[in-house]
Amino acid sequence: MANMKVEEKRQQRTKMSGALMLIEALKAENVEVIFGYPGGAVLPIYDKLYDSGLFHVLTRHEQGAIHAAEGYARISGKPGVVIATSGPGATNIVTGLTDAMMDSIPLVVFTGQVASNVIGSDAFQEADVLGITMPITKHSYQVRDIQELPKIIKEAFHIATTGRPGPVLIDIPKDMTTAEGEFDYEQDVHLPGYQPTIHPNHLQIRKLVEAVSQAKKPVILAGAGVLHADASKELQQYAEQQHIPVIHTLLGLGGFPADHPLFLGMAGMHGTYTANMALYECDLLINIGARFDDRVTGNLKYFAPNATVAHIDIDPAEIGKNVPTKIPIVSDAKEALKELIHQDGKRPDTTAWLAQLAEWKTKFPLAYQNDAQTVKPQKLIEMIYELTNGEAVVTTDVGQHQMWAAQYYKFNKPHRWVTSGGLGTMGFGLPAAIGAQLADKNATVVSIVGDAGFQMTLQELSVIQELNLPIKVVIVNNQSLGMVRQWQEIFYEKRYSHSLVPNQPDFVKLAEAYNIKAFRAKTEEEARHVLKQAFSLSEPVLLDFHVKADENVYPMVAPGKGLHEMVGVKSCEESLQ
Amino acid sequence: MTVNNRPGVLNRITGLFTKRHYNIESITVGHTEIEGISRMTFVVNVEDERTAEQITKQLNKQIDVLKVNDITDQAIVARELALIKVAVNPTVRQEIYTLIEPFRASIVDVSRDSLVVQVTGEPEKVEALIDLLKPYGIKEVARTGTTAFTRGSQKTAASYKTPFII
Ligand SMILES: Cc1ncc(C[n+]2csc(CCOP(=O)(O)OP(=O)(O)O)c2C)c(N)n1
Ligand SMILES: [Mg+2]
Repeated sequence: MANMKVEEKRQQRTKMSGALMLIEALKAENVEVIFGYPGGAVLPIYDKLYDSGLFHVLTRHEQGAIHAAEGYARISGKPGVVIATSGPGATNIVTGLTDAMMDSIPLVVFTGQVASNVIGSDAFQEADVLGITMPITKHSYQVRDIQELPKIIKEAFHIATTGRPGPVLIDIPKDMTTAEGEFDYEQDVHLPGYQPTIHPNHLQIRKLVEAVSQAKKPVILAGAGVLHADASKELQQYAEQQHIPVIHTLLGLGGFPADHPLFLGMAGMHGTYTANMALYECDLLINIGARFDDRVTGNLKYFAPNATVAHIDIDPAEIGKNVPTKIPIVSDAKEALKELIHQDGKRPDTTAWLAQLAEWKTKFPLAYQNDAQTVKPQKLIEMIYELTNGEAVVTTDVGQHQMWAAQYYKFNKPHRWVTSGGLGTMGFGLPAAIGAQLADKNATVVSIVGDAGFQMTLQELSVIQELNLPIKVVIVNNQSLGMVRQWQEIFYEKRYSHSLVPNQPDFVKLAEAYNIKAFRAKTEEEARHVLKQAFSLSEPVLLDFHVKADENVYPMVAPGKGLHEMVGVKSCEESLQ
Repeated sequence: MTVNNRPGVLNRITGLFTKRHYNIESITVGHTEIEGISRMTFVVNVEDERTAEQITKQLNKQIDVLKVNDITDQAIVARELALIKVAVNPTVRQEIYTLIEPFRASIVDVSRDSLVVQVTGEPEKVEALIDLLKPYGIKEVARTGTTAFTRGSQKTAASYKTPFII
């Protein structure tokens, strides 16, 4: 037995090339899929990949690869893995790295680099990728000694997936992929400078329990931290135990069931009336895993002006960054919630508060005027919701359609929603759907994109077709950069500078060129018909919906305004007129 | 603060200051008594305590940062070294010798029309000497920036003031 162990160890330690080490490390990490694109500097890696048995998806652009990896990570809860070549390959992933950094998505990204001996000489396809990506990665490495490679990869996976998740980059000079060394992947990760706090401080928990018991108008603002910690169950349990209503950030959607009576909707620039007013009126605000982004808070001067603020976050730097916080709790969301549930503190008397919120909810729901002669984008999302029984994985691009999807697709389950929040990256939605579908092969994946953003990464239709991923691509075609047009309408006197794009390509033909089935719809009836058809097919389908072009997203908190200064809120009676 | 002495670590830290829009007054970097670990001392001007706290937290998030200590409010030993090249003619040379004496500064280079004064001390002291030498005509100044330790025993806790030292 002991002998076998030694023998195993010895075999593991046989010499191998850096490229092979990478393959072996990915196997050891149980990586199911790699998204990448080859080039000179990573040819040795691709050569070892060739017969490695690892599943590699060749996207048609490196940006597609990294967004696909993000979508994969969001749905699977596992880190997304990307390989790009040096120079242009690496610079093509800069947007995705920033996106993942902003939205705390775990990625391990390998970039090729020119050989060590020519680094710094402006060699062919050399770029200072370490320098470029330092501020947009959680951590980064450049391999300088082949013996360090296994340790670096192991650390990278550890750092990407623990604490507050994020992208980690490993820049590998070409000579390091061919150099040989001993492969030892058994070693423990030892990082004295990186010790995330997982468990909450007892004293702070007590303080929060006390504050809750005293509160008259408490509210929970739950962000993606709840999803990263897999704490949806605990969130619901806690909210129900204490009778506290819950609001989500854009990225948090699905963490709490949308049809739950305690749910108030999404907060922020395009949040619901009730959620925003609750944030304005509350006397205790419990932030769980959200970072008080400006799109959520509006003008900070008017943000939760009467509230005691408690903030549970795994990243201590987020606490007190934007909003002064009375009760800081550095912790994993699940651990903190478990502790709070366990404490089973005195319930606050929220009867009057909940009655007030319920009244707002009925009086000022999200509303729009339907017009069956056209496709109303809000109606379109509602139809998708109905036809997928609210169970689809929805990815979006960025713009009006994204906000409508967030507002009108009611997420009752966690890990069904993939969107670019912090960076607001157009071009995210389609490749993210590829990753999402690969993470959950049985899911119905709907990629809701704008006509403009779709064109930023549409080349990935190739991948969808090649892998026959049954993704339904929904283009909310308003023939404009809708969100830009909306701002110009409201804030720039309808001076539509470069936001109207009437001469779009024929998206149906375009899809057909990629060998993907496609339909177009211009009325509500057509829309319902083609949606039904699409969802009945177990193959990719692209749907081009010509929606009402001048529709705006409401309610809206104008930049610089407080959450209570929403415009476009209509009472129920008004919107029925 | 102490950091792993890895390639790019200084870049990482200064990059963080740029990204977060903080202005660095001075930086010093050098080895510590432990191999592979360096000490960096920053002087940063901040508006309030919240900013100071935020900088400390952001620095702490760096994987290569081992320990961050905001020592602004603590009893510290802070030292800086400056080289000051002063224009001189034979008539004022002696005057300068006398002038620098209370500063325990020394002359480390002498030429026909200039001399180089070396001074070590708290930044205020260095500042004061530079002021005194100005009338003679300063040709060049090179300052190392502040490096600092907390004192072995912490008697006084001064009130919070800028600049902020880490
Ligand atoms: C890469 C990138 N460039 C520019 C923007 C600014 N921007 C935000 S929304 C938007 C319009 C998007 O238009 P479309 O994709 O058609 O979506 P719509 O708003 O019409 O639903 C633009 C240009 C962005 N978010 N990302
Ligand atoms: Mg559009």
